[in-house]
Amino acid sequence: MNDTERKLGPTILKADNISLAFGGVKALTDISFEVKEHEILAIIGPNGAGKSSMLNVINGVYHPNAGSVTYRGNVRQQMKPHEAATQGIARTFQNIALFKGMSVLDNIMTGRTLKMHAGFLAQCLYVGRARNEEIQHRKKVEEIIDFLQIQSIRKTPVGRLPYGLQKRVELGRALASEPVLLLLDEPMAGMNIEEKEDMSRFILDVNDEFGTTIVLIEHDMGVVMDLSDRIVVLDYGKKIGDGTPTEIRNNKEVIDAYLGVSD
Amino acid sequence: MLDSSIPNLGEDTLSSLIFKNATVRGAKTAIREKDLGIWQSWSWADVAEEVKLLAGGLAAKGFIRGNSLAIIGDNRPRLYWSFAASQSLGGIPVPLYQDAIADEMIYVFNDAEIEFAIVEDQEQVDKLLEIMPQCEKLRCIIYDDPRGMRHYDHPAVVAYEDVRELGVKFLSEQPNFVESELIKCRADDVSVILYTSGTTSKPKGVCLTHKACIEVAQGDMGFDKYTDDGEILSYLPMAWVGDHLFSYAQSIVTGFTVNCPESSETVMIDMREIGPTYYFAPPSVFENLLTQVTIRMEDASNFKKWLYETFMGVARRTGLDIMDGKSVSLKNKFLYALGNMFVYAPLRNNLGMSRVKVAYTGGAAIGPDLYSFYRSIGINLKQLYGQTETLAYVCKQPNGDARIDSVGTPMPGVDIKMGDKGEVLVKSPGLLKEYYKNPEATRESITPDGFFRTGDAGFIDQDGHLKIIDRAKDVGVLNDGTMFAPQFLENKLKFFPFVKEAVCFGDGRDAVCAFINIEMDAVGNWAERQGLGYSGYVDLAGKQEVYTLLQDCIEQVNQDLAKDESLSGSQIKRFLILHKELDADDDELTRTRKVRRNFVAEKYDVLVKALYDGSNTCFIETQVKFEDGRTGTISADLKINDAKMIQPTEDLTV
Repeated sequence: MNDTERKLGPTILKADNISLAFGGVKALTDISFEVKEHEILAIIGPNGAGKSSMLNVINGVYHPNAGSVTYRGNVRQQMKPHEAATQGIARTFQNIALFKGMSVLDNIMTGRTLKMHAGFLAQCLYVGRARNEEIQHRKKVEEIIDFLQIQSIRKTPVGRLPYGLQKRVELGRALASEPVLLLLDEPMAGMNIEEKEDMSRFILDVNDEFGTTIVLIEHDMGVVMDLSDRIVVLDYGKKIGDGTPTEIRNNKEVIDAYLGVSD
Repeated sequence: MLDSSIPNLGEDTLSSLIFKNATVRGAKTAIREKDLGIWQSWSWADVAEEVKLLAGGLAAKGFIRGNSLAIIGDNRPRLYWSFAASQSLGGIPVPLYQDAIADEMIYVFNDAEIEFAIVEDQEQVDKLLEIMPQCEKLRCIIYDDPRGMRHYDHPAVVAYEDVRELGVKFLSEQPNFVESELIKCRADDVSVILYTSGTTSKPKGVCLTHKACIEVAQGDMGFDKYTDDGEILSYLPMAWVGDHLFSYAQSIVTGFTVNCPESSETVMIDMREIGPTYYFAPPSVFENLLTQVTIRMEDASNFKKWLYETFMGVARRTGLDIMDGKSVSLKNKFLYALGNMFVYAPLRNNLGMSRVKVAYTGGAAIGPDLYSFYRSIGINLKQLYGQTETLAYVCKQPNGDARIDSVGTPMPGVDIKMGDKGEVLVKSPGLLKEYYKNPEATRESITPDGFFRTGDAGFIDQDGHLKIIDRAKDVGVLNDGTMFAPQFLENKLKFFPFVKEAVCFGDGRDAVCAFINIEMDAVGNWAERQGLGYSGYVDLAGKQEVYTLLQDCIEQVNQDLAKDESLSGSQIKRFLILHKELDADDDELTRTRKVRRNFVAEKYDVLVKALYDGSNTCFIETQVKFEDGRTGTISADLKINDAKMIQPTEDLTV
């Protein structure tokens, strides 16, 4: 858990004075924060605070109007999502974005796409390098299936699965790319307590076993306080808090804006 | 490692037979496990090697002759090997139910003075570390699956891999250590202690010997013609006598292949992939399978439904005769063959039973419909009778002479006689040596002339078949003198798909009354079909419509009882549906899911009173215990309904 001697590494991701506007709507204003290697960082805030926009800036879906993102020492302003992916950033979505008609196995296998190098023809014929590669990828995918304990649904089409399991499969697909930085957009939305506990366990295990750095957005304060090493609080596109769960719990501004005004 | 000739390994013990298998059928697959989606195999030679290394590792850890090794987890090859490893050192394996609550585990650990434990994963390690302060002797916990174990630095906790490494080192220094220990083992040494769930009291350790295991396995092998090219799927708890006999002893003696499923959720899928040739399951498993088939057929297209119903009709009429090898008309033979092509064979395939030569069920009564369903679609399902104390070796139904109302004929070497109150007394090669450290219980259970008191009331009919009526101590009388066999009634009720459990009361009372537990799947499905909304178990169980549904079931049972003059008086007069499922965690069931009737009667005393004082509702609040030890409460207002009693004469006019 959090109290184990997990070593935080150097800064892996740094956002400097990010501002993002859609026409006249300011989604993000002058946001700066850092993520350390192996850290679990939560971004919280009321609806429309700019949390998802922030994730989208990190993995290159949105380009900030001002400011820069430094990822593993490289400063960048313009980046495409697929470039983010090749650099080891994976994410899951608030609304599940899986291939509903495909099996769990195939869905997770799509997470390996970037790691496949064999030519189109070789893959069609399933010969030589493509064959070896496929076996290696399948092995990796099976390890993820084992890790997430979804062996029993390996061949089930994703569309037939309950919501909680689909979320788990989506996490599996993100893990398949062996990410350095994992972005989770509300991984526990719409889950019951048991599913939330399972998912929390998996997030901690991913962080622990693979050393993956995790940035997550979540509304359940209990979950956030338990999981995160550090929390960044956004409100109307501005950063109003940044610190450990204990610090955030005692931060006057955060309490007023988000947790409810104290008497 | 091993000579090509059969080495001298002393008397035949289960562990020495593994080493013999390594020479006789060394290259044949002994065990498989599905890991990362692929079936991994170990030959008998591999298994012998692994057992030897683990034994070396255990010895290096200080495990000596006479020590016990607790084994807790799902069916895993390494856990099966740990039975053999401890046995080859002259130690005694003690498998435990992995869902046992802390108190039960502590009791067994202290009773069997367990110093070493081998467990499957983190969950079990956590459980053991928690109870460790209360288990005086426990000093070493070995785990199989390293997942999540990285941060554990408790001195007692060690990985299987590391113990195996220790074994490699230990055996390089003393290469013949295991063989020299093996030779010291005697055939009548205790080979395993299986703790019985204890319907009434604390669990008792049943000590079984190598000789008993081997003789029973040989007896079964001859009776059902098991061969070493057979396949079985091992998915039942390792602490249960059935699994120990079938997946461990039988596999070693016969040499067939044991397959370990990937996880408990994938059993159905794995079963389809393996296609076992021998299959053993308690009636509840067969019942679940049939329920699933029925539910899926309800949702099938009309044509498929028609096909299924038509040919199941054919199967009902002729399937049993064909299975029993009786002659049937040419027309029926043709229809059955057609049915086999369209329905039975695909259905068997879907159930993973295409290759099943012999399937057994036991441990509880099986419903006639259930039983004939499987037999009529071409699965040779038979019943057996036995208990932990007799190594499940008393009676089995012979091929071609299987009857629903009997548990079969005595097995070779088994002697049966009747005691007081029709109690079945058994002398079997599989008889226990003693109850561990409990000479008093041993004296009570074994007669001076060496018969085991089964506690079951029954009789042997004119064809030599044993019929079991009830537990001898449970057979009671109503105030008017009618015989009351509660389990007999409960089983009749449980044969309805809507009834999960039933508890009948009546001894020393005026009439029979019953508690019913509904089967959530079946009743839920029925409710959906009726357009009946419900929020959960408690709500569904309290619906008047559900009461009416079950009243119908009970009246059918009464109708049935009315046909028999001696049983007619024990018809069920009043009943209620319980608001919670009876659960082993609340001590209401044993771990093998048998109702602890007296405990239930005491716990729900208010309800029993209400059943007999004529009231129509009763308020109850119950404490429930979760697996992690926390507690909660459930409360409800239970309705009580009257069922129609049928006069014996009424039936004649129907």
